[in-house]
Amino acid sequence: MSKKNPEYDFKWCPGCGDFGVRRALELAVIDRMEETGMPMENNVVVAGIGCSGNLVHLLEGDQPYGIHGIHGRSLPIALGVKMAQPTLNVIVVAGDGDFLSIGGEHIGPQAARNLNICAVIMDNGVYGLTKGQSSPTSLEGAITSSTPFGKLESMTHPLDLYLTLGVSFIASGFSGQPRPLSQLIKQGMEHPGFSIVHVQSPCTTYNDTFIELKGDLKNGIQPSLWDVPEDHDSSDREAAHSLLQQGGVPVGVIYRDTHRLSLDQSVEATWEKAKPKNIEQLMGAFEF
Amino acid sequence: MQMRDFVVRFAGEGGQGVVTSAEGLAQSSTQVGYHALTFATFPSQILGGPTWTQARISVNPVLAPGDDVDVLVAFNRDAYDAHRQDVRPEGIVVFNSAEFQLEDNERSFGLPFEELAKSTGNNRAANMVIMGALAHLIDMPQEHLINFVEERFNRGRAEDAEVIRSNIEALNLGRTHIAETGFSLGSLAPPEIPEYQQLMIKGNEAVSIGAIAAGLDFYVGYPISPATPILLYMERNLVGENRFSYQVSSEIESITAILGAGYAGKRSMTATSGPGVSLMSEGLGLAWIAEIPLVVVNVQRGGPATGLPTKTEQSDLYGCMFPAHGDVRLPIIAAGTVEECFYGAVKAIEWAEKYQGPVILMSEMSLAERSQNIRKPDLSKIKQARREIYTGTNGYHRYAGDELSPMPIPGSPGAYVANGSEHDDMGDTTHLGERHVQMTERRFSKIKLLEEDDYEHDQPEHSIAVMPWGGSKGPALEAYNTLKENGVPVGWYYTMYLNPLPPKMLEELKKKDLVIVPELNYQGQFSSILRSMGVKAESITQYTGLPFKARTLVEKITEKTNAQLKETVRV
Repeated sequence: MSKKNPEYDFKWCPGCGDFGVRRALELAVIDRMEETGMPMENNVVVAGIGCSGNLVHLLEGDQPYGIHGIHGRSLPIALGVKMAQPTLNVIVVAGDGDFLSIGGEHIGPQAARNLNICAVIMDNGVYGLTKGQSSPTSLEGAITSSTPFGKLESMTHPLDLYLTLGVSFIASGFSGQPRPLSQLIKQGMEHPGFSIVHVQSPCTTYNDTFIELKGDLKNGIQPSLWDVPEDHDSSDREAAHSLLQQGGVPVGVIYRDTHRLSLDQSVEATWEKAKPKNIEQLMGAFEF
Repeated sequence: MQMRDFVVRFAGEGGQGVVTSAEGLAQSSTQVGYHALTFATFPSQILGGPTWTQARISVNPVLAPGDDVDVLVAFNRDAYDAHRQDVRPEGIVVFNSAEFQLEDNERSFGLPFEELAKSTGNNRAANMVIMGALAHLIDMPQEHLINFVEERFNRGRAEDAEVIRSNIEALNLGRTHIAETGFSLGSLAPPEIPEYQQLMIKGNEAVSIGAIAAGLDFYVGYPISPATPILLYMERNLVGENRFSYQVSSEIESITAILGAGYAGKRSMTATSGPGVSLMSEGLGLAWIAEIPLVVVNVQRGGPATGLPTKTEQSDLYGCMFPAHGDVRLPIIAAGTVEECFYGAVKAIEWAEKYQGPVILMSEMSLAERSQNIRKPDLSKIKQARREIYTGTNGYHRYAGDELSPMPIPGSPGAYVANGSEHDDMGDTTHLGERHVQMTERRFSKIKLLEEDDYEHDQPEHSIAVMPWGGSKGPALEAYNTLKENGVPVGWYYTMYLNPLPPKMLEELKKKDLVIVPELNYQGQFSSILRSMGVKAESITQYTGLPFKARTLVEKITEKTNAQLKETVRV
C-alpha cells in the first residue's frame, strides 16, 4: 500500500512496537537495494496473521511483493517462494503467537534446510489482535484474558530454541531502536541461510513492556535490554549459548554459522548427479 | 476352447513376489501384443501380511480387473483359504507345494516353485517357474516368454547371460511340470497387436509424466500411501535447473510451499491422499481467495482419519470439492483410467494456470497401483499452459474487476499483496460488504473459464443413463456393454471433469428420468451433487475397499432400470 488506501482500515495502537519494526525493515531493504542494485520488486514479504502481519500492508514508499496468508504458515509459504526463485529476497514478518505457537512446527525444518530467508519476529508476549490471550512468550503466571488464574505453562525462550534447532543466524533486537534494528535485519538478509531477527516489540494495550525493556533509572528500574559485547564471538555456538544464560534481552547478533550451504545451494549441487531428462526420455522409459 | 480374456490372482505374504509375479505376467503379455492390467491390494506394513495382486490379460482393451479368477497362485495355505471362493468353477489353483499340500487335486496342483528355481541356480527365478506354468495353461507360445526374458535381463552386466539362462530354464521347468498334470484352460486367442506405440505404466506414474508434459516446474510432497510413488518419481525426475522437487515435513508445508511457488510464477503441484487433503484445507482456501494457481492430486484411499490406507474408495469428493471453510467450490478432475491419469494431470495443470487458482486431480488406490498398457500420448498435441502474466508497470490493481486479470510475478513490476483476508482490488484487507460480494462473485465467475465441451455418451436416446465417475468407469463400462448387448434401455455418460461439468452434458442429464451413478462411498456423494444441480441421480454404492465387480453393476443397474420403467408406466 504505497499511499493511504481509504478501504484499508486496520491500525496499530498508538505507540505499538510494530511501527519501529516497520521502519527498521524499510531502512534495511532500502539499504540493501542501494548496495546490491536489486529492484524493489525482487523483495517478497510473507506475513503471518496477527497485528504484526499487517506490516505487509503498512509499508511506506515503493512496495515489495507480499503474501498475507494464513495463521502460522509464513515459513513454508516462504519456502515455496524462495525455491521457486532463489534470487528473490524473501522476508517473513510474524508475531510470537503465529511463529512460535501455531507455526512452531515449521522452524525446525527450515533450520535443518538452512532456507535462505530472513524472518523478522515481533515478540510482544501476547495475542494482541484477539485481545490479550497468553502466548508462548508470556511469563509463567501471567494474568491474561485467557489465563485468569495465571499462565500455567513456562515461558518459551525463543533465542535458546532457535540455537537448539540449528538456525544459522540469530539476532535479537528492540523495536524502540529502528536504526540499529535495521542493521540487524540487513545482516539477516545478507546471511546465506536461515536467519531470524527476534525483536521485542511491546504491545502498548495488553502487555506494555517498554519501561521494563528500557529501564527507568530515576525509579530504580534497571533495563532488561543489554548490548551484545563487541568481543562476543558469534561464530561460537558455546559462546552464544553462554550469552543467552545471562538473562535479560541481549541486543545484537547472537549466533552466525556461515559454513553451511543454504537449501538453494544444496539443491544446485545435486544437478550434476541428477542428470535431468526431457519428457521424451521420461516417457520413453515406459515404452515397450 | 478359445479364450479372449484371462485372469490370474497371485496371493501370499508381502515380500513373496506376489506383486512382481503379476506385473511380470502383465508386462510380458503386453510385449506379446495382449492388453493387460493389474490390480493390487497391500497390507499396511513393511514386510509380510496377506497381500494379493491380480493380472488380467485380454485380447481387447480392458479397464477393470476382472470379476472371476481363472487361475489362483497361492503362495501359502492362508492365501488359498482366503481366495479359493473367487476362482471360477472351471478355474485352476496352483499352490506352492513346498509350503503346504491340498487334499483335493481335481482342479489344483502343487508346484514347488522356489525349489525348482533353486535347481536352476537362481533363487530369484520362482516367478519364471510360475509364468512358464501359466503360459502352458493358456497355450501361450514359449518363445514369447523367452523373448521377454532376454529383453528384460539384458542390462549390460557381466552376469546377464547367466541370469537369462537360469530364467529360461525356470520357464521350461514350470511348463514341463504342468504339462505332466494334463491341466489346460484352453487357448488364449492370438493377440491383436495394436498398431500404435504403447506404454506400460501405473496410474501414479501416468500422473507424474502427465504433469511434467504439461510443464510442471515445482513439486513438493510428503510421504503417504498410496500417493508416495509420485513424490519418489518427482524426486528423481523433476530435477535440474528451473525444476524443483522436494520432500517437506507435513502436508501443511506441501500446500503452503506450492502456494508460494505458484505465487512466484511456477506451475506447482503436490500429491497426497485423504488425510493430507484434510490438512491442506486452509491452504486450499488461501489459494482460492488469493487466486494462486496450483494442483493437488488426491490419490484416494478409504475411510476417514487413517481409515484404510491401502484400499480403494471414492469417498473424498465432498472433501475435495468443498475442502475449506467459506464459499469455496474447487475445480475437480477425476481420472477414471490409467490413460486419464496422464491426460487428467495435463488438464489439471492447464486449468490451474487458466483460471489462476487451485485444481484438484482425483485418482484412487486402484488406479494408482494399476499397471496397464496405454496408447503412447502424442506429445506434440500437448501444449504447456501458462497463466496470463502482467507485464505493465508498478501501481497495478491485481484484483480489479469481476473477472480474471493478469497475474504479476515477483521479480517484475506490478507488486501486490496476495491476501488471504478479503481484499480490495489492490490486495489490501477490507471488510466492506460490497467488496466481499464483488470478490466472491469474481472467484466463482472464473470457474466458467474451465468449461469443456467433450464428454462420453452412448445411446443418448434412452431416458435412463449410467454415469460413473473416477475409477468406477472401468467396471461400469464393462457392465454397460453387457446391458447394451442384452437390450437393456440405458444410455452411457462419462466425463472426468466433475466441476465444472461440461455444460452440454449437464443439460442432457437434466432431461433424464434417472441417472444411475456407481460410486465407491456410503453417502452417494456424486449423485447428491448432481441432484443439487437438478439431475435426477441415484447412486449404486459400495464401500468394501475394493472396486466394483462388473457383474454386481449389471444386476444393480438392471434392478434400478426396471424399477424406474415400472414407475414411468404407472405415471
